[in-house]
Amino acid sequence: MQKRAMAWMGVIGLTLAGCVTINIYFPAAAAEKAADKIIDEVWQLKPGAKPAAPPAEPKGEAK
Amino acid sequence: MKQAISLFLVGMLAFTSAALAAADLEINTPAITALKNAMQARYGKLAAYYASGAVGLTRDGNVALRDANAVPLAERQSVNGLVADENRDRAALYREIASANGHPEWEADVRATFAQRWIDKAASGWWVQNASGAWIKK
Repeated sequence: MQKRAMAWMGVIGLTLAGCVTINIYFPAAAAEKAADKIIDEVWQLKPGAKPAAPPAEPKGEAK
Repeated sequence: MKQAISLFLVGMLAFTSAALAAADLEINTPAITALKNAMQARYGKLAAYYASGAVGLTRDGNVALRDANAVPLAERQSVNGLVADENRDRAALYREIASANGHPEWEADVRATFAQRWIDKAASGWWVQNASGAWIKK
């Protein structure tokens, strides 16, 4: 029983160590997403970020 | 045994949350927001120089004065200042993103990612550097 519990602890230890290992690699996709978000804001590329077209002025109003 | 199983479940939970946290990079720190706002304000002044080709986007995630002749003499000093300020903020941005995510050693990777995305998103007519460092017009 004691031995089995120890084995499980080993599995858990390895799993947690695996998490740390995974995090060491640079998350390229996430970085690209973050870059796009920041660039869109700096260059105001997203529609709506910049008032490109001001609300239409009332034309030919009824006299 | 029961205890071991519950320990295992806790381990799996930790694994899942670590995997979820890795899905996005942290970019909402005060330092990053401040840099972003400064760069956005500076873009108002730099946009005309990007469009005229005086300033281009380099392959290493910076901006550079590529054609001084495209800038009237009186403006040259201020353009040089804008380029230097922009590059300083960009370097700080890449460094901040890496450290905000607990990996200062990612700075070069962050820079390389941004370099590619700045160039991909550049408007047509702007000048960008290709992989070998030559200037090309988009």
